[in-house]
Amino acid sequence: MSDEKKSFSLPMANPEAAAAAARTRAEGGDILSEIDKEVSENNVVLYMKGLPDSPMCGFSARASAILQSYGIPFFAVNILADQEKREGVKVYSKWPTIPQVYIGGEFLGGSDILNEMHESGELAQAIKAAFGQ
Amino acid sequence: MIEPDAIVAKIQAAIPDAIVEAHDLTGTRDHYEVIVISQAFEGLTRIKRHRLVYEALHEEMKAAIHALTLQVYTPTQWEQAQ
Repeated sequence: MSDEKKSFSLPMANPEAAAAAARTRAEGGDILSEIDKEVSENNVVLYMKGLPDSPMCGFSARASAILQSYGIPFFAVNILADQEKREGVKVYSKWPTIPQVYIGGEFLGGSDILNEMHESGELAQAIKAAFGQ
Repeated sequence: MIEPDAIVAKIQAAIPDAIVEAHDLTGTRDHYEVIVISQAFEGLTRIKRHRLVYEALHEEMKAAIHALTLQVYTPTQWEQAQ
C-alpha cells in the first residue's frame, strides 16, 4: 500500500479528524482542503459569481436571494475573484456549474435544486436542521 | 454554442428512454433550459439525477453551454406536474 492511500484512508475513517485537518491555502492546505474547511465551519455556504450585494450572474443572484429570504447568516464566496477556487469547487463536489450551495457540511445542489427545495419546504427544514432548531 | 437538437441527442445517447426538450433562453445557443423525463430517474436523489444529465453533456459543459437550467422528472412526476 502506498503512503498516499494510507493518509487518505485515515481521515475518512475519522470524520472529526478530517475536519480538524482541513486547512486554508494560507495555512498550507490545498484548495480542496480550504473548501472542506469552509463548508464544515459554516452552516450555510454559497459559492457564487459575485457577492450577494453585487451578483454577476442571474443564477447566483437567485440563489443568494433565496438564502437571504430565510434571514440566516450564510458564507458567500465570490469564485470570480479566485480562479483556483472556481475550478476547485467543481472538483470538490463533482458538479460542473456555479452557484453551489452547501448546508450542514453537505453539498445541497445548484440553483435549480435550491429553487425546488425552497418551493417544496425542504430547504426550510434543511436550514433549521443545520442551525440546530 | 450548440444547437438544441445536439443537446437532445447527447442526452438521449446517455439516457435512451429520455424525453428531452431543450429551449434556447437567449437566442444565442449557449443559455439553455432543458427538461428531461426518464424512468432512469426513479429512486435517485435530485443531485444524482442532475449529475446523470451533466455527465451526458460533459464535453459541452466545458465551453459550448454557458448556462444550463435543468428540470428532471420521472414519467409519473411529469404527469403529476401537468
